[in-house]
Amino acid sequence: MSLTTDPVSGPYQYLKAQSRWRVLEVAFWLCTLLPYFLFPNYLVLASQIAITALFALSLDLILGYAGIVSLGHAAFFGLGAYAAGILSKHGWGEPITGLIVGGVIAALVGYASSFIISRFRHLTLIMITLGLGLLLHEAANSAHFLTGGADGLQGVKIWKIFGLYGFDLWGYTAYTYSLIVLFLGFLLARRITNSPFGLALRGIRENAVRMPAIGAPSHAHIRKIYTISAAMAGVAGALLAQTTETVALEVLSFQRSADTLVMLVLGGAGMLYGGIVGSAIFMIARDQFSGINPQYWYFWIGLLLIVVVMVLPNGVLGGLKKLFTTWRGPS
Amino acid sequence: MIGPVIGVLFDGFAYGMLLFLLSVGLSVTLGMMNFVNLAHCAFAMLGAYVTVFLMNDLKWPFLATLPFAFLAAAFVSVLLERTLYRRLYRASDLDQVLLTIGLAFVSVAVAAYIFGTVLQPVQMPPYLRGSFNVMGVNFAVYRLFLVAVALAITLILVLTLEYTRFGAQVRAAVDNQRMARGLGINVDGAFAVTFALGSGLAGLGGALAIEIVGLDPSFAFIYLVYVLIVVSVGGLGSIGGSFLAASLIGISDVAGKYYVPELGAFLIYLVMILLLMWRPAGLFGRR
Repeated sequence: MSLTTDPVSGPYQYLKAQSRWRVLEVAFWLCTLLPYFLFPNYLVLASQIAITALFALSLDLILGYAGIVSLGHAAFFGLGAYAAGILSKHGWGEPITGLIVGGVIAALVGYASSFIISRFRHLTLIMITLGLGLLLHEAANSAHFLTGGADGLQGVKIWKIFGLYGFDLWGYTAYTYSLIVLFLGFLLARRITNSPFGLALRGIRENAVRMPAIGAPSHAHIRKIYTISAAMAGVAGALLAQTTETVALEVLSFQRSADTLVMLVLGGAGMLYGGIVGSAIFMIARDQFSGINPQYWYFWIGLLLIVVVMVLPNGVLGGLKKLFTTWRGPS
Repeated sequence: MIGPVIGVLFDGFAYGMLLFLLSVGLSVTLGMMNFVNLAHCAFAMLGAYVTVFLMNDLKWPFLATLPFAFLAAAFVSVLLERTLYRRLYRASDLDQVLLTIGLAFVSVAVAAYIFGTVLQPVQMPPYLRGSFNVMGVNFAVYRLFLVAVALAITLILVLTLEYTRFGAQVRAAVDNQRMARGLGINVDGAFAVTFALGSGLAGLGGALAIEIVGLDPSFAFIYLVYVLIVVSVGGLGSIGGSFLAASLIGISDVAGKYYVPELGAFLIYLVMILLLMWRPAGLFGRR
């Protein structure tokens, strides 16, 4: 990612230019409406993709922008899912407030753990995020009375959105609902990354020790973005709980953290659309391959990861961008 | 009253020795190159499958398969080190994590393809089966064997590192890689040998683990967590630290499962996080 600008125009103009909407972006979001017309039978899958994309986007905020490698981000996804699920099981099935509760609870835990996260780097950081994720997974497994343990949380009943749109078998409501939430989350992420705060985060990613020297408090910034990312992951989890009306223990698993990391890197970390494109490719491929031989699905994912790391360091989008700039010639 | 306690301590210690064998190689290579190798347990799994194959299909005796478990894991690891790993020594944590998770995924799928997802049955030779009783405490013969092997290997490792020229080079590279290079030590070469040895030991550990924990393709991920805990708690590049951390974790895991089974693995993760918050570089780490 090059940050070279015209020295005269200064950072303010740079940020302003970055935050302008491009034609490709508008086209991309229009394309998200295509499933209604082209694949009406796959709307359930499409809603799953939108939810996973929101989760990948939340991971992108900390990993792609602030450089925090987390192997336990599913902890917040799972917290949001269980919060929304348990709330509706005990008689409050209103979806919007459910989302907010999921997000708030994940944000609280995220804020608490961010004090630990911001202090460490490298292997210790990876181990602590992994450990916190596993800890929560074990806790949910043990707390059978609250979460249903390994059997999953049963009896989740979600009311109609605004009392008008009920969740249907075909996924019309689920997809619309997930897509709107994804878009709102995307707008928030876009606003954050195109702000001075977002630039400071990128600085922390490049060199966390040097940033305080130019007046950007690394630890405070990391705590902030980690909390925001946790909240977004919580909302994604709550969405999954509401649209599927069940919560499995799998929402907290290491597998989910690793899968999302794969999606993000496949699409391209640190470029907002990376997570969305990556999760779409990953989920569609899994849906198609699972019919053939689900057991060997991870062989291809593993191979893909090796290839991406070796050949496409910035993911699919990074590769396309590079191709595009070579084709256009240096401007 | 005291009998069960000693029994739990002994079983825990034997389990800890198994973890030590699985993790010591990763600890040294991580200390040398700072390379986050999440595929380490895939090498252990390879060793285990080599032993299973030699015993069940070629009818070799158990002890004769162990050297081959070591060699197979060491050989494959050197191949991968030369082709893939070495390009990423200066890459970010993320790239290293992704590459090695990718390798671990591939290894799981390949193991499932060749051997299926069932638990592999292995029949230990008669002289390693059974147990004997000393003052009301049961000692399983196989666990004694495991402890003996682990202690012998620890001794060999410590002697090699402390008293040979190669060991001195490795220690120098762990302490200060750039300085070691500046003094004309072939760090890359020493690293390749260490990497092979460490993966070989993991392969041996995997082969020895079959009797205790069983073997199926999920091995590469289930024990990865334990190995990483041992390495990060013990401190990178420290054999003594790994030994102590492995014994501690082995004993607390077995004791936790024996006395408070409803907590499951919760206790281990909590202990790890608290230890790392107290000493981020591990018990014996210096950085």
